[in-house]
Amino acid sequence: MTNNIVTQNIVELNNLSFGYKGRMLHKGINMVFPLGKVVAIMGGSGSGKTTLLRLIGGQIKPNIGEVRVDGQVVHKQDRDGIYKLRRKMGMLFQQGALFTDLSVYENVAFPIREHTDLPESMIHDLVLMKLNAVGLRGAYKLMPTELSGGMARRVALARAIALDPDIMMYDEPFAGLDPISMGVICDLIRTLNDALGATSIIVSHDVKETFSIADYVYFVADGVVAAEGTPEDLRKSNLPFVHQFVHGEKDGPVPFHYGAGDYQQDLLSFKDGR
Amino acid sequence: MVRSGLLVSLVRSLRKLGAGVTDRVWRLGAGVRLFGLTLVSSGESLRRPRLVTKEIFSTGVLSLIIILVSAFFVGMVLALQGHNTLQRYGSSEAIGVLVALALVRELGPVVTALLFAGRAGTAITAEIGLMKATEQLSAMEMMAVSPISRVLAPRFWAGVIAMPILNVLFCMVGILGGYLVAVPLIGVDSGAFWSQMQANVDWQHDILNGVIKSIVFGIACTMIALFEGYDAPPTAEGVSRATTRTVVTSSLVILGLDFILTSFMLTT
Repeated sequence: MTNNIVTQNIVELNNLSFGYKGRMLHKGINMVFPLGKVVAIMGGSGSGKTTLLRLIGGQIKPNIGEVRVDGQVVHKQDRDGIYKLRRKMGMLFQQGALFTDLSVYENVAFPIREHTDLPESMIHDLVLMKLNAVGLRGAYKLMPTELSGGMARRVALARAIALDPDIMMYDEPFAGLDPISMGVICDLIRTLNDALGATSIIVSHDVKETFSIADYVYFVADGVVAAEGTPEDLRKSNLPFVHQFVHGEKDGPVPFHYGAGDYQQDLLSFKDGR
Repeated sequence: MVRSGLLVSLVRSLRKLGAGVTDRVWRLGAGVRLFGLTLVSSGESLRRPRLVTKEIFSTGVLSLIIILVSAFFVGMVLALQGHNTLQRYGSSEAIGVLVALALVRELGPVVTALLFAGRAGTAITAEIGLMKATEQLSAMEMMAVSPISRVLAPRFWAGVIAMPILNVLFCMVGILGGYLVAVPLIGVDSGAFWSQMQANVDWQHDILNGVIKSIVFGIACTMIALFEGYDAPPTAEGVSRATTRTVVTSSLVILGLDFILTSFMLTT
């Protein structure tokens, strides 16, 4: 990351490589996530952005390199160690991942009940405070099936911040939302990050929304960090991949067509009896 | 040319067979490992019994109707068939013993377990498979909560506790069904019906052995349902296949275990 940001890095990916079934998804990735910042990881579908979040969360282990969270190498921890690190993390899943058999209230109360011995009155206050922060205090009685996509994402956000995590991870937080919900989530990510003094890691391919709240952006392509910088730097970037991605051009370094042979040959191949 | 073609298809068949065997052995190992992990992770369920009682409601109480109705009809059919055979030997009074022994020793545990696999086992598999597909289990993991201790273990103990209770209820309702056919309908003497049953049904060899069977079936059925759900590919097709496998595997395992347990119980 640029030298003008002199803050402690709460998450570091050092020379990280990960792959499976003979295919390397990441090849020597280096990233840092400083305390208090909103850092975005962007890239096309299938570029391994969500896998990076799973590596940070210790759900999978890298083949080479390391992930450091709060100074500790994640994959060298035993199960208790990883769970201890995860208590410092909150994660917003793409579809919210709310527990469908629990109400909105019980969903937000879930991590508090699991990790603390607080009395019910205090849990009640905490849950309502978290729901109020995402504007859904009035929906505490509803079941997840009664919520819209945007509301479910906000409840999931309230659940993720229930224990005031140091690191917040967002997996495609804007995907499939209407413009109003998108704006609300966008605003919440920035506001909550600043209010909690946390570090936010956003995985997304929504350029406009992500650039509006991120302090720093990494572009991932072909398993490496293809570009990095502040949103302003990247908007001005002349790198072909970044230019194509930021401006949403259909053809460029990322081709419109999936690898195929000669078009005419393919059309004629049916006559050849192949 | 023909010979080499045959050789290729033979090798292919052998490879397919080998892959099938390896897959089944792998799944058996993974299932046993999950069983061990579930037992080790059961502390949470013991500390918070409400987690288990909630699951007993969904697996046990909600299975009651199908099990009790089935038991009633099984008991009635047993009485009809029993009377049909026993009257030829002038032993119609023994109909109570026949109904009770058939239910307590075999039909109670086996039919209850088969119905449990169809009703509660499939529900468990589908629920856990969908929790996996909708990332609820991953979300739990990321909240530093083990899905095995929070989701699997309470359901396991609920199944193990519910099965013998359902079995006892099945036997009771089955005997009632048998009584209603034998006494008011066929005209067997009520006193003979109950007294023969009382004299010939042994507490340890019949009732206790039946309950032991149902506990073993409860462990097997619930564990199969949990494993299939936990191991299901996170897709609609994956969950549907896992649900089908739960019924098929559970049914075969119940019948196989029943034979093994019966042979042990009859020899001891």
